[in-house]
Amino acid sequence: MTGKNAEIGAISRKLAGIYRKYGYLPYKMSRFEEYELYMRNKEFLISDQVITFTDTNGRLMALKPDVTLSVIRNIDPEPGQVAKVYYSENVYRVSGRSGVFSELMQTGLEAIGAVDNVLICEVLHLAAESLNAVSDSWVLDVTGLDILTKALDGITQDEGIRKELLECVGRKNPHGLKAIAQEKLPEAEAEKIDALSKLAELYGAPAKVLAEAEALCKVLGAEAEFKAFAEILSGFGAEAANGLRVDFSAVSDMNYYNGIVFRGFVEGVPERVLSGGQYDRLMEKLSRRSRALGFAVYLDALERVAGANQTAEKPDVDAVLCYRDTAMAADVWKALEELTQICGGSARAVPETQLSGVEFTYGRLFSLRGGALFELKCGKTVQNCGETAQKSGEAEQK
Amino acid sequence: MIEKCGETDRKTLSVALPKGRLGEKVCKMLAEAGYEIPETPENSRKLVLESPTSGLRFFWVKPSDVGVYVERGAADIGVAGKDILLEYRPDVYELADLGIGKCRIAVAAPEGFRDDPGRTLRVATKFSNIAADYYGRAGRSIDVIHLNGSIELAPLLGLSDVILDIVETGTTLRENHLEVIENVLPVSARLIAGKTAYRFKTEFIREVAERLAQVAQRG
Repeated sequence: MTGKNAEIGAISRKLAGIYRKYGYLPYKMSRFEEYELYMRNKEFLISDQVITFTDTNGRLMALKPDVTLSVIRNIDPEPGQVAKVYYSENVYRVSGRSGVFSELMQTGLEAIGAVDNVLICEVLHLAAESLNAVSDSWVLDVTGLDILTKALDGITQDEGIRKELLECVGRKNPHGLKAIAQEKLPEAEAEKIDALSKLAELYGAPAKVLAEAEALCKVLGAEAEFKAFAEILSGFGAEAANGLRVDFSAVSDMNYYNGIVFRGFVEGVPERVLSGGQYDRLMEKLSRRSRALGFAVYLDALERVAGANQTAEKPDVDAVLCYRDTAMAADVWKALEELTQICGGSARAVPETQLSGVEFTYGRLFSLRGGALFELKCGKTVQNCGETAQKSGEAEQK
Repeated sequence: MIEKCGETDRKTLSVALPKGRLGEKVCKMLAEAGYEIPETPENSRKLVLESPTSGLRFFWVKPSDVGVYVERGAADIGVAGKDILLEYRPDVYELADLGIGKCRIAVAAPEGFRDDPGRTLRVATKFSNIAADYYGRAGRSIDVIHLNGSIELAPLLGLSDVILDIVETGTTLRENHLEVIENVLPVSARLIAGKTAYRFKTEFIREVAERLAQVAQRG
């Protein structure tokens, strides 16, 4: 396992620990599902391309491109109850940047059943905790999708124009919205488009922007939706809301999502690292009566952060044990075992004759002579291994 | 309890500018907007220019690459033509129309050309996605021939029936006996911002966007 993968694995375990702490149960699933599940809900997937294969019984199967659909399919709590699960799974989909299929690791949680405001607030808190666990500098953008749906309902029923309007909202593009209004909408809608434009540009902590948002929602005829949105946000104390940002440009597919939708960003990673929200509409499409929400943390997107946490000087191996050709294999093994204890890390045995040509970096260098272990002071490589410097004396005594 | 999180504050803002005339115009606009510009590409061969007093750092990149720099976080903001944004579709915010670099994307054909809807239309262009989108919406079957330059040559040599390209004055078309048969969309330069940069440098980016929009409005 490379250092980067080890760090991502550690992040995944850390996140799992957070979800377990709040009563979410681990959920493990198969790597593949019947293709039909994904085919019927293609728009819900980030990428609609799926790796398929025919099973021995002739069924068309797909390598899992998404976790949420599988969870919904397999979990159906009793009416009035809530199932809370978390997962850490690999998914297989076309990576937006490379344009080819990739195996991507994602961790997340889903809550399915009788969803109430307390649960929505809890999930938002856990999303914030997740971001806090991976970076010192993060923001969690929250939007009220019902507000946008209501605003669009009040402007036009034309699906094509709605799509164009939503795209401009998603790009915080005021001039694009203005152009659509001038070209395709009655003049009477100008005031609403202006309000929609300002709503899309609005960005900031709830305390800073909610008053303005309320006024804009009034113009857009979405007062009741705003009230419901503000009520959820009020569930956050001022301290917890520190990284929370209201952002109405965070649009998602309204055929699947509704209510609270959120996205997480950490400084230094150009794309979102967390995405989630309520997906009651998807549940309806799947003929399920329960409501649901959840989020996923894209661990592959965190590669850069994980890389930054590794110190540049950290060697590939903490200690090297060099031995002469005449050394007994049993002595070398025993010394190597001892060395892993002394260094508290990794150790590798290398014949003395090969030492000058090794193609890896190491922190400390030891030698086995006459069955005893000596540390060789060899300049900078020894100094770099600061963590074990205090043990250096002990090793030399041996 | 959550103890720490990102805060928006004023830091250095890196700006990806398109090399050439458009980039120079943007520099003038930034200067008009009150940001000090130390040197312009005319008197400097440096790829990166710093302006410590205004907190801006400029990169000069190929116009079609601006979106990539901004989307991937190498630059916080940038200026790109609407044609580039529609063709490459970078996942960025489009904050302002700067009103410069104005031209249009149009379909041009040899003088006297008559479209036969019964046949697949051969379209030469460097904007393959825009062409596919434009004709797709019209339900017209086309064969996109992707070229990287000298697009006007394609219909003259029988490589294509029409071209879909940027038209500024129309002089090149006239010289090659081509004429515009359909206007696809107007093009101008847009201020774009990276999604993560926008979140962590919100105030600075909004300030630049608002000041540039004001300069653009003044014309």
